[in-house]
Amino acid sequence: MSLGPNSRRTPKNVARSAPPMGGARTSAMIASLDAEGRATKPAPFGHALAELAQTRDDIVGLSADLSKYTDLHVFAKAHPDKFYQMGMAEQVLISAAAGLAKEGFTPFATTYAVFAARRAYDFIAMAIAEDNLPVKICCALPGLTTGYGPSHQSTEDIAIMRGMPGLTVLDPCDATEIDQATRAIADHPGPVYMRLLRGQVPDVLGEYGYQFKLGKAQMIRDGGDVLFVSTGLMTMRALDAAARLQKDGVEAGVLHVPTIKPLDEDTIAEACGKTGRLVVTAENHSINGGLGEAVAGTLMRRGLRPAFAQVALPDEWLDAGALPTLHDQYGLSVDAVVKRVKGLL
Amino acid sequence: MTPDHHRSNVSLARRAWAIRRNAVRMGQVQGQGYIGQALGVADVLAASYFHALSYRPDDPEWEGRDRFLLSIGHYAIALYAAMIEAGILPEQELETYGTDDSRLPMSGMASYTPGMEITGGSLGHGLGIAVGMAMGLKRKDNPAFVYNLLSDGELGEGSTWEAVQSATQWKLDNLIAIVDVNDQQADGKPSDALMQMPEAPRWEAFGWFAQEVDGNDIDAVVAALDAARHHPGPQPRVVICRTTMCKGVPFLEEREITHFVRVEEDEWDRALAILDEGKPA
Repeated sequence: MSLGPNSRRTPKNVARSAPPMGGARTSAMIASLDAEGRATKPAPFGHALAELAQTRDDIVGLSADLSKYTDLHVFAKAHPDKFYQMGMAEQVLISAAAGLAKEGFTPFATTYAVFAARRAYDFIAMAIAEDNLPVKICCALPGLTTGYGPSHQSTEDIAIMRGMPGLTVLDPCDATEIDQATRAIADHPGPVYMRLLRGQVPDVLGEYGYQFKLGKAQMIRDGGDVLFVSTGLMTMRALDAAARLQKDGVEAGVLHVPTIKPLDEDTIAEACGKTGRLVVTAENHSINGGLGEAVAGTLMRRGLRPAFAQVALPDEWLDAGALPTLHDQYGLSVDAVVKRVKGLL
Repeated sequence: MTPDHHRSNVSLARRAWAIRRNAVRMGQVQGQGYIGQALGVADVLAASYFHALSYRPDDPEWEGRDRFLLSIGHYAIALYAAMIEAGILPEQELETYGTDDSRLPMSGMASYTPGMEITGGSLGHGLGIAVGMAMGLKRKDNPAFVYNLLSDGELGEGSTWEAVQSATQWKLDNLIAIVDVNDQQADGKPSDALMQMPEAPRWEAFGWFAQEVDGNDIDAVVAALDAARHHPGPQPRVVICRTTMCKGVPFLEEREITHFVRVEEDEWDRALAILDEGKPA
């Protein structure tokens, strides 16, 4: 028997010496985005859904053995009669949610983003989206929000979900927005894929008087030199980066785009069409097929040619490790974003 | 209220004959079609649509209806044939089968056809959706049943077994799976691939109330569907129906059986003539 060349990727740590013991940052399972010294709110998704279900009997929640880690356990505790523990079975999680929707219910199905996007894709496509059913697929650990490595890092879910006709795709920024978006999608008649931050979630947008509107991009702050077009947790980073840049005399605006599909092309084109601004898209997702490429396509189609750069994860299987380390390494930290923008100006 | 089709004095054998005839006529329109499966499953559909199921032909979305989910999308030709016989679809529409703008596409889709509950075709989806609908009916205290017609080939899909376990977990006694076992999938026999026989003990091991019958024996199918509906336990129910592809048209039954049975242009009329000769009372 003759075998072809072995193209396995080189193990990353084979050539590395053992790390020093003690004091190293841990590769915590769940992103501790709260370690940034700002206000947080606990489990905004779970609390919003539990409150909604007090007055809406159509709302049911399902989980594939991850209710504790998607914050759905808050809902499950408040409404045990409206909660379905589906076990470790993502295909029937999604199919059963479709069936419940066909009988008139509004199911919120939760798991990790990797498992919904990779394992259950065919079921989301054919059982839910093709039938335009109002199932809300709400997924924790979006992008690079865990140090567990590629099995848990959902770096390509937006690209996957953007390809699905009829699906609304959301990447909310913070606790305020998760709370508002949960209520908004419960009223939306079609299928939704929403990324979730869970646990103690930073609260950032409240101080800007922000109100989520499904399908709308909103300018959080304006600035004449740079325009961040950002989504998800990268809007927090963009706001922090803009504040830092301002101290160095660089005026940066932040256009927050929580709805990635359908994309608010008019608002994006208008903001990016202002001459002289460097446009920097920022997303917690692969450089392939996410917000950056969606914005680039919009600008090309509309004949707009601003200077353009993408802050995004590389097209690689990412390392395991501590999240702050990885965010520095892959360019998502505030330091990395500021450095990147200064290098572009 | 008992639906009209339950009071009919038309025999189930005659219903099965009409389903076969409708299917052959649709195959003739396209010069092709999954006629082997349609002829094989016609008796199961006759027992389902003219004995077991409650529905209103003029109101396919009636809330009290039993839901009949076809996960094997390519069996659509058989279900259209049954729904035409049931009066859910007009007979003249069979002439549009598979043509542009038809409501009867080659692979069954919910958005195209009245009475078609789900979009099938990606195999291994139907039973999971049936689980959710059965849960939903229980939430609404709606006593209707959910039926899912699936194939032996679909038993290879892991998602089917996620749904099997889930139905047991949630005690879905309002769920009746019907498995058409013709031992034929695209590349050959399921029994040469992933299907372990005998089949009923496998479902019983997963906690289901399982029955295995000759799916071309209408009386046996009727009895099994009755037993499935009236079984007192909390288990989900499965009726495993062994069927013969091309049943009722001997020259096709004798042909080399494949997933997509070849029928020559002049053979459609020949098949119809044979069916007409054997028209039941």
